[in-house]
Amino acid sequence: MLLKSFHGGVHPPQEKSFTKELPFEKMKVPSQVIIPLLQHLGKQAKPLVKKGSIVSEGSKLAEASGFISAPVHSSVNGTVTGISREAAPGGFPSDSVIIKTDERTDKINLVPLDPCRVSAEEIVERVKNAGIVGMGGASFPTYVKLKPPAGTVISAVILNGCECEPYLTRDYRFMLERTNDLIAGLKLIMKALGVEQGYIGIENNKPDAANLIQQRLENEKSLSVIVLKTKYPQGAEKMLIKAVTGEEVPPGRLPPDVGVVIQNTATAIAIYDAVVNGEVQVTAAVTVTGRGVISPKNLIIPIGTSIKDVLDYCGGLTGDAAKVIAGGPMMGTAQYDLSAPVVKATSGIVVLTKKDIDAKEETACLRCGRCISVCPLNLMPTRLARYTQLGNYELAEASGITVCMECGSCAYTCPANIPLVQWLRLGKQKALQIQRESLLQKV
Amino acid sequence: MKNASMEIQTAGEAHDQKIILTTSPHVHSNWSTKKVMWFVTAALTPAAAASVIFFGFYQLLIIITAVFFCGSTEAVIQSLRKKKVTVADGSSLLTGLLLSLTLPPGFSLAYTALGSIAAIGFGKQVFGGLGCNIFNPALVGRAFLQAAFPVAITTWTKPNFAVDAVTSATPLALFKFDKILTPLSRLLLGNTGGSLGETSAAAIIAGGIFLIAVKIVNWRVPVSMILSMLIFGGLFRLIDPVQNPDPLFHLFAGGFMLGAFFMATDWVTSPVTNKGMLIYGSFISLLIILIRVYGGLPEGVMYSILIMNGFVPLINRGTQPRLFGLVKGGTE
Repeated sequence: MLLKSFHGGVHPPQEKSFTKELPFEKMKVPSQVIIPLLQHLGKQAKPLVKKGSIVSEGSKLAEASGFISAPVHSSVNGTVTGISREAAPGGFPSDSVIIKTDERTDKINLVPLDPCRVSAEEIVERVKNAGIVGMGGASFPTYVKLKPPAGTVISAVILNGCECEPYLTRDYRFMLERTNDLIAGLKLIMKALGVEQGYIGIENNKPDAANLIQQRLENEKSLSVIVLKTKYPQGAEKMLIKAVTGEEVPPGRLPPDVGVVIQNTATAIAIYDAVVNGEVQVTAAVTVTGRGVISPKNLIIPIGTSIKDVLDYCGGLTGDAAKVIAGGPMMGTAQYDLSAPVVKATSGIVVLTKKDIDAKEETACLRCGRCISVCPLNLMPTRLARYTQLGNYELAEASGITVCMECGSCAYTCPANIPLVQWLRLGKQKALQIQRESLLQKV
Repeated sequence: MKNASMEIQTAGEAHDQKIILTTSPHVHSNWSTKKVMWFVTAALTPAAAASVIFFGFYQLLIIITAVFFCGSTEAVIQSLRKKKVTVADGSSLLTGLLLSLTLPPGFSLAYTALGSIAAIGFGKQVFGGLGCNIFNPALVGRAFLQAAFPVAITTWTKPNFAVDAVTSATPLALFKFDKILTPLSRLLLGNTGGSLGETSAAAIIAGGIFLIAVKIVNWRVPVSMILSMLIFGGLFRLIDPVQNPDPLFHLFAGGFMLGAFFMATDWVTSPVTNKGMLIYGSFISLLIILIRVYGGLPEGVMYSILIMNGFVPLINRGTQPRLFGLVKGGTE
C-alpha cells in the first residue's frame, strides 16, 4: 500500500530502541527547581511571588500577561529563594523563579470538570489557566490555537503522533499507556473548536500504537487513525497536513488558513489532565536517551528540574558523552550549561557520544542538489546559504528564506558537510529584519 | 565548532568533560566529499580493468600518469594560491582517472601529463577550485588534447582479442565513413576499437547502476540521455534508414555510456534541480546525435556535454522548484 506522506525529507536512523519498551517513570522531586517565566512563545509571565514566598505544587507563580502568554505554576512544595536570570534550555537565559523544596506533599488542583458537559468556552478557559503550551516544539500557548480568529473556519483537528525526531519515544509511550485519555483529549480539542472531524497521524514505525488506537476508535465515526510513511520531518505541521488532507499551507500562513488545527499527542494528554483531573502543567514527559547516558528512561519530571539532576537520576553520563541536547537530534538545542531546567515543552534529553556526531570536514559545495531534493518546502538551501554568505539578504528573502522551518534535512544530507541550517538561520533573521524595517517605513 | 568545558557531576563523582556546541541538526548522514569521490572511483574500476584487459598493461601507465599529474597540478596550484591543499578529498585524482578513460590506447604519456595539467589548471583551478568550475575538468583536458594533438588522439589500436574482421578504427568511425556496423554484442562486451573507457559498455553500465543505487548519480541524467537518444536516434533512423544506424547502436558505441553515467552526471557541472537534470540530459543527447549525423567528427559526446555544461546556470535558474504551498501563477 502506498502510504501517505510528503515530497522530500530524509531517513535518519531512528534510534528509538533505547526507550521504546520503557514505561513512564515518575522522577523524584529534586532539592531545588528553577522555573523560567518564559516557557512559551509570546510575552513573559508576570511573577506573583517574591523571595521568601511559600508555595505548593500547583500554586500559580506567575500570571499570563498580554494576549499571547501563559501562566506558570510551581512544580514543587517549597520556598522561593529568589527570581533571577538563569540558563534555559533554549540557549537564551531567562528570568526564573528559584524554589528550594521542602517535605510537604500538598497539591493544589483546579476543580475537575465533567468532559461530557463542559462547554467550549470552559475548555479554552481551563487550558489557559492550566498554563498549557504546545509540546510539539514551538511551545505556542495552546488556548490561542483553540480560539481561532473570527471568520476562520476550522473543519478538522489533527493529532500529531508522528514523533519523527529520532530517539524520542514520549508520544509513543503516551499512545500506548494513556490511549483512552488521548482520545478523550482529542475530543475535548474538537469540542473547543466545534469541529466534527478528527485525525490521529501516526508514522508506520509505530504499528502497535496505531492498531491500539484504531481498536478503541471502532465505534467512532468522526475519528480516524491515518498511518503515515516514516520519514523526517513527517511531524512538521505543514508536512502532516499535506499528508493527511492533501492541502498545502501557503508560505507565511498557518494551519487554520487551510481549516486545520494541529495538536501534539502530549498536549492532548495535558488538556485531558487539566479538564478532567484539574491538573495544571507542572510536569513534563521527557525521553532521556542516547548512547551517552547510562540508563535511558521515559520520565515524568517536575518542571524546573535541572538537566544535570535528570541525567544523574538516569545513572549519569558515559565517558564518551559529547553533546547534551534538549529536544531531538534534528531540531533540538545543544546545551552549554547543564543547570538549565526541564521546561513545559521539553520532549527529550538526548546525549550523543563522539561517535554519534563524528563531524566530517566541511568542503566546498559540490552542487549535487541533494539539499534541494530533500527540502520539504521546496527551497534551494545551497543557494540561500550562498546568498547569506554574500550578504545578499534581499535576494535570499525573494527566494523564500523566511519560509524555512529549520528542520535540518538539508544539513543532514549534505555530503560536503556545510552547516546549511546555521547559514539559513542567519539569512532568515536578516531577511525578517528587512521585512520589519520596510513595514515600519510604510507606516 | 566551539568546545565548552564544564564540570558535570555524574553518579556521585565529578569529572571534567568537553561538551560540544553546534547548531542543529546534531546528526548527519555519513556522506562526505571524500567518500563520494572514492565511491565513484570504485564504480570506474570495472571500466578501467576492461581497458587493461582489452588493450594491454600499458593502459595502466596512462591511468597512473593522468591521476598523478592531476593530483600534483591541484597541489601545486593550491600551494601557489596559498590555499589549503585538498588533494586528499580525491576529486582531482578522480578527474585524472576520468580523463585517462577518454584517451586512446597507447596514447603518449607525455601528452597524457599535459592533458592532465590542462584539465585541473584550465578546467578547475582557474575557476577557483572544487565546486566552482563551470565545465567538466576531465572533458576540458580531453578537449585540450583533441585541439593540440588531433592525430595522436584519433589513432586507435586493435583490441587484444581482435578477430580478423575487427579493425583498429572505432565503431562510430567505421559506420560514419564506411557504413560498417559493429554488432551490439561486441560493443557491449568491449572487444572493439576506441578509447580506454569506451570499450566496454557493460563495465560502464555496471558502475553506473552502482552509483545510482547508492544515490550518488541522480538517475534523471542518464535516463533522460538514454531516452532522448532513443527518440532522436529513432527519428533519424525513420527518416533515412540507410544513412542512420539503429538507435541502440548510438547508445552502446563510442563514449555515450561513459558520458551518460560518469561525465554528464558530474555534480559540480550538472543542474541542481530534478527538472533541470531532465532538460540537461535530453539536450546532451540531441546534440550528440546532431554531431554524429551532421558533424565532421564521428563522435560528439565530449562537446555535447561541454556545451550543455555552459547552459547549467540558465537551466538552474529556469527550473527553481515551486515553493511549498505556493499556487502556480499565484501572487502570494
